[in-house]
Amino acid sequence: MKLVLIFPETIVEEPITYHLISDYGIRVNILRASIDPGKQGKMVVELLGEKVQISQGLNYLERVGVQVTPLAQKIRHLEDRCTSCTACVPLCPTQALDVDRESWNVSFDPEKCIVCFSCLETCIYYAMSVEEEFV
Amino acid sequence: MAKTIEEINAKIRSGKAVVFTAEEIIEVVKDMGIKKAARKVDVVTTGTFSPMCSSGAFFNVKQPKEKMKLGGGFATLNGVPAYAGLAAADIYVGATAIPDGDPRNSNGRPGRYRYGGAHVIEDLVAGKKVLLKGGSYGTDCYPMKAREQMVGLDDMNDAFLFNPRNCYQNYNVAVNLSDKPIYTYMGKLKPKLGNAYYCSAGQLSPLFNDPYFRTIGIGTRVFFSGAEGYVAWPGTQHNPDAPRLENGTPKTPAGTVALIGDMRQMSAEWLRAVSFAGYGVTLSVAVGVPIPILDEDMVRSVSVSDEQLKAPVVDYSEYYPLGKGEAQLGEVTYEELKSGSIHIKKQKVPTGSFSSYALARKVAHHLKQRIQEGSFLLTQFQAPLPGAAIGKEATQ
Repeated sequence: MKLVLIFPETIVEEPITYHLISDYGIRVNILRASIDPGKQGKMVVELLGEKVQISQGLNYLERVGVQVTPLAQKIRHLEDRCTSCTACVPLCPTQALDVDRESWNVSFDPEKCIVCFSCLETCIYYAMSVEEEFV
Repeated sequence: MAKTIEEINAKIRSGKAVVFTAEEIIEVVKDMGIKKAARKVDVVTTGTFSPMCSSGAFFNVKQPKEKMKLGGGFATLNGVPAYAGLAAADIYVGATAIPDGDPRNSNGRPGRYRYGGAHVIEDLVAGKKVLLKGGSYGTDCYPMKAREQMVGLDDMNDAFLFNPRNCYQNYNVAVNLSDKPIYTYMGKLKPKLGNAYYCSAGQLSPLFNDPYFRTIGIGTRVFFSGAEGYVAWPGTQHNPDAPRLENGTPKTPAGTVALIGDMRQMSAEWLRAVSFAGYGVTLSVAVGVPIPILDEDMVRSVSVSDEQLKAPVVDYSEYYPLGKGEAQLGEVTYEELKSGSIHIKKQKVPTGSFSSYALARKVAHHLKQRIQEGSFLLTQFQAPLPGAAIGKEATQ
């Protein structure tokens, strides 16, 4: 899972990733980090491991005062790459991707999208992309 | 009264030809009837835009001053291996070829296959250059042993697609009966009949509109990804003996054509590389075949609609790969497939396609316009496709 971690200035000098790795056995992949001593820090990480390990790690983060929010991800429909073949339609669980059966054009409603990534794997034209919003 | 192709071409040249797409003709025939349609309509255009794996390109690469014999050596384009077992400068790049050990193809599970032969072909058609690497043993007449050069279509004497099998007349509907997801050339199939994929333009598909190959044969001129291409030969696996419905259309995959066309006339709008997760790389091409309306039988052929065309439902977890279990889980019409769901074993299964009906329509309309403008003439084939005789027997 990808998370945004916000550190208050009081704990910026804690070796947080060290603890996640050595105490909880979590594989931590740092995607982006901006940490300056004496200031609030931000880090975007991907945590990989068993469910139990991850939930214990998240408890630890909460205990020491790290604010944890899921990384905002958005799916985009690249219309210039889409051929409206409809392969994505049966795999989309919320009908965010749907086809008008008169025009046969496939459309994407980002409001309905739950970012499950089914379309990313299915689209043979790479017409679906994921955007990550680093706060 | 029967028309000839010469008479139809004369009307096309004078800008008076009456042309409809294979979708429009369905309503036209409902309105005016078969007899009148046979008199009034000259041409019906078909179209399809879909992945067609048996595709590839021949290139003759311009020789540098010091010449080189690629034949018998090796050649790669952007790392994708080309077949070099031909004359000194001729190579063939297959759509499904992939570079050895390329992380863009093998990373992660399922593999994503982000770059292969089809991408080389699309890059070149889009006007980009690709890196040619060649190696050879050197001879008295071809001394150069190694070559590395960025090449585009301008660096080739010849560049043409030669696709051994395109335009399948009908295709399987793929499903998965097992309890785990599978990754196939028909897409990701979810367990326990979670989804079904089909791959045909149905009523717009070229060979569905001329089921006994009365007008489509060797030498027929077609719209081919933007170029004027030709039917070069019956496609590989061409099988005219497939079981047929009363309207003459096959109930299983049947006829195919081999197509040839100049890459310099093609456009990336009509030709796209694709990547099937967990399967591989292939190429989507656009094909439109004009069908001359010679007589009432041709009107009957081109006016078939989706509810009159049937496809077999096939299990890709066991039957297709291993030949185990039921050969067919049923038959469904293209109308049912296009409705968004079908019923298999009393279960409602959502459907999707890899063949773009939106683009098939665009191909058919584009070809219709070209014929109306007089810039695309019809051809009389030079030899029939195998199976054309079956149609003669069936209609007698």
